[in-house]
Amino acid sequence: METVKVQDITANDLPWVIRYDASRCTLCGSCVAACSFRAIEFKVERRRMVFSEGDLPEPKQRFSAVPVIRQVSNLKQYCRGCGICTKVCPNDAIEAVRNPDTRHPIVIRCVAGDSIKRGGRKNLEAGTRTLDKLRIGRISQMTDPSLDAQRHTFDLLAPFGRIMPPGKLPFRIGADGKLEPEGQAPPVRWIYPVVIGDMSIGALSWRMWEAVAMATAYLNEECGLPVRMCSGEGGVPVRLLKSKYLKYLILQIASGHFGWNRIVKAMPDMIEDPAGVLIKIGQGAKPGDGGLLMAQKVAEHIQAIRGVPKADLLSPPNHQGLYSIEESVQKMFLSFNAAFKFRVPVAIKVAASATSVSVFNNLVRDPYNIVGGFFLDGIDGGTGAAHEVSLDHTGHPIVSKLRDCYLAAVSQGRQGQIPLWAAGGLGRAGDLAADAFKMIALGANGVFTGKLILQMAGCIGNEMGRCNACNTGLCPVGITTQEPRLVHRLDPEKAAQNIVNYFLAMDQELKKLMAPIGNSSLPVGRADALVATDRGVAERLQIQYVC
Amino acid sequence: MCRIGAIKSRNYIHPSRALLLMQSQQKGHDNSGFAMVMHDLGGIFKPYKHLPTLSLACTNEGVRIAEDMLHAAGFQRVMQWMPETDLRPGLDINAMPNYIFQTYDYPKFYKKEDRQTKEDLLLDMRLKLRRALEMDDQGYVYSFWPDVVTLKEIGDPKDIGTYFKLWEPNDRFTARVITAQCRQNTNYDIVRYAAHPFFLQGYTALANGENTFYLKNVELQRKLHRGYIGFESDSQCFLYSLHYVHRQLGWPLSYYKHVITPLPFEEIETREDRTSLLAIRQSMAHLEINGPNTIIGVLPDNTLFTCCDTKKLRPVVVGRDADTVVISSEVCGINEILPERNWEKDIYPHERETVIIDNQLEVHRWRQ
Repeated sequence: METVKVQDITANDLPWVIRYDASRCTLCGSCVAACSFRAIEFKVERRRMVFSEGDLPEPKQRFSAVPVIRQVSNLKQYCRGCGICTKVCPNDAIEAVRNPDTRHPIVIRCVAGDSIKRGGRKNLEAGTRTLDKLRIGRISQMTDPSLDAQRHTFDLLAPFGRIMPPGKLPFRIGADGKLEPEGQAPPVRWIYPVVIGDMSIGALSWRMWEAVAMATAYLNEECGLPVRMCSGEGGVPVRLLKSKYLKYLILQIASGHFGWNRIVKAMPDMIEDPAGVLIKIGQGAKPGDGGLLMAQKVAEHIQAIRGVPKADLLSPPNHQGLYSIEESVQKMFLSFNAAFKFRVPVAIKVAASATSVSVFNNLVRDPYNIVGGFFLDGIDGGTGAAHEVSLDHTGHPIVSKLRDCYLAAVSQGRQGQIPLWAAGGLGRAGDLAADAFKMIALGANGVFTGKLILQMAGCIGNEMGRCNACNTGLCPVGITTQEPRLVHRLDPEKAAQNIVNYFLAMDQELKKLMAPIGNSSLPVGRADALVATDRGVAERLQIQYVC
Repeated sequence: MCRIGAIKSRNYIHPSRALLLMQSQQKGHDNSGFAMVMHDLGGIFKPYKHLPTLSLACTNEGVRIAEDMLHAAGFQRVMQWMPETDLRPGLDINAMPNYIFQTYDYPKFYKKEDRQTKEDLLLDMRLKLRRALEMDDQGYVYSFWPDVVTLKEIGDPKDIGTYFKLWEPNDRFTARVITAQCRQNTNYDIVRYAAHPFFLQGYTALANGENTFYLKNVELQRKLHRGYIGFESDSQCFLYSLHYVHRQLGWPLSYYKHVITPLPFEEIETREDRTSLLAIRQSMAHLEINGPNTIIGVLPDNTLFTCCDTKKLRPVVVGRDADTVVISSEVCGINEILPERNWEKDIYPHERETVIIDNQLEVHRWRQ
């Protein structure tokens, strides 16, 4: 008998336990080979069989050595519940089961003496969401007709860029009585109201990033949907920077400035302007925290694009050169506007916070008209890597904060001047069209989404603690890893196709939501189209309560 | 669905023509009110075209309040007309005790002021009167403007006509432009201010439809101008956008259509004037309207026009003879008052069109 210490880690302490049926297993080894976490292994068990052959009990025993699969009980190589083993098993002989008695949050801290890090989205409060308490309840009937989603035309576009108030448009009336442009107005691009959120080429595998870029190009060139993707912080392959597809890409700069050396060097060779520049100040999933790319994901090509050695890449919580909003507008916005000769809109992304309205008000009053968008990211957003305590406990939900910002603009008569873009757990239930539509009715010009894009490509992580190992570089589906063996699991063309198809479905669904309220343009701020089934939500968002 | 109508003529015409225009369309509305705005006045108002006329429905106390306030502000009354009323029992009218049309001369110290200053004074005075009379429901000030009178009342339009003796044509109470509508607001509370046509600083608008971007329009318009108040009806937004585009921004009328029903982005891209059209669409997104709507408008120079929503979901027809042009929700109204016209020349405006009737009674059709 082996000696057992009570402090030893056993499968029962871990978040997932492996259920294995030896009688069905053919010992093909697929599951062990496929488990990127090495959370299962081969083992030979010594078995004793007691039997009796005669009419009367004459117990005999036989020992045998049986090869089996077993769970590794180790805090480095523990099961994340990704289910790849089940996926590859020809006989349904193995599965991971969520362990309600897990001691993992305690023991890992006790053993490692370090904070827990993981990827994915917030794991707490995974119950009913605010958006699920809203319905599109103002249906056009009798007084005005509903439109026909199939037959009528709809304008599903949202502005990206600083919009001048009508009285300040640089126009004069020409001799023929027509308005003629006089002077320059800030650049504004009309794009699809769903932007593919900022996920860096380091956080994503090269195949995944390529799939997103391919899907974006296809949606633009073949489907007529002007969808834009944001590069994330971490640079862009030089070949793309110099290609015509740059026009579909919003370049991001964050506090680490990763990748900008190459971007700046490629500027003389750019044949198209980028779709925009997004200055990332904060992220909804881990507000107040900078980006985090673990060394295990800093592969050679990442080192090349970012110009860094293989090491943990930590972006600071702040842009080191900025110390106030006014200064950020003057320094950062002006620099980036000037860099592309005021042809490219420059927007800002901040984490939703109790102070978001103050930040927004400051930007709305920007006297230089150079703030081209306010991207507000809520607590339910996803991330490639963060401290779990930040993920689960910091941040601010997006819905009421977006509404606050919109109403702050309304109270100043400045709605629409800085387009509002919202994110943070949108599409978490799978239907982004409904979430996007509700956010738009509450005042967003558009939404952006990241985690859902990964899920379209095959990410199996969820808010119930499944997988969420984006930080480890061991993504079992090849999406958030730089490990060639794993990356090759992802078929980039299939992933791109899924993204394209999802957008096409979503486009149809958005029309199916616009038609019954009789709108052919996006109903930005049309909160009268919404009703709430929760009194608190109704009151907070200033919409009608229904029961 | 309500019905709207407008008449513009070379000759001064009596409101009985407007009643007739609307009566044949009565099955289309619930006969819950009658409202009209008359521009370019004839009859007893003709000598006072340059002076503002107050259109007021109020209690006795309301008269006193209004007159005291106008007097205190330095306005001097030069003419007053109170329509004779028919008090026979059984009329379906929810009448106010007094209907007063008073023409005033400007305060002495304003006489040499420019037009803009005088127009601002008239607006501020009307808003002040409205606020004062709103307390205790003492009355309603519909307009205070040169060469314009307004009448609005709750009840059956036929009976309202009888009450004010509007069915009997005369040459004392006439105008060259009359816009009219025969229903009270159905979407919101019934209040006299909520009945079309709406009037602001020489601009009149009335609409048949449902502005589903009402909330968006209201939230912005509230901050655009002190005169954009009330919002008792979603159709007031059409008037305020007209006033904003044409008067405040000083843009030609053709841009009104581009503001309220902008072209699809795809089409804007193909236009020579795409820079301005795109800028309008993005800067004035909150003045865009949606839903089924037909609008009739009158400008301060008495130009009359009509346009529709982007999907042409509500009807309107324009008919004319040599001396008169009529805009009406239904052709039966025009048949009633211009039976001899050549109906083959009737215009059924489409979704991209603005039809304008100038003071020479020429009909222009502008394509957006």
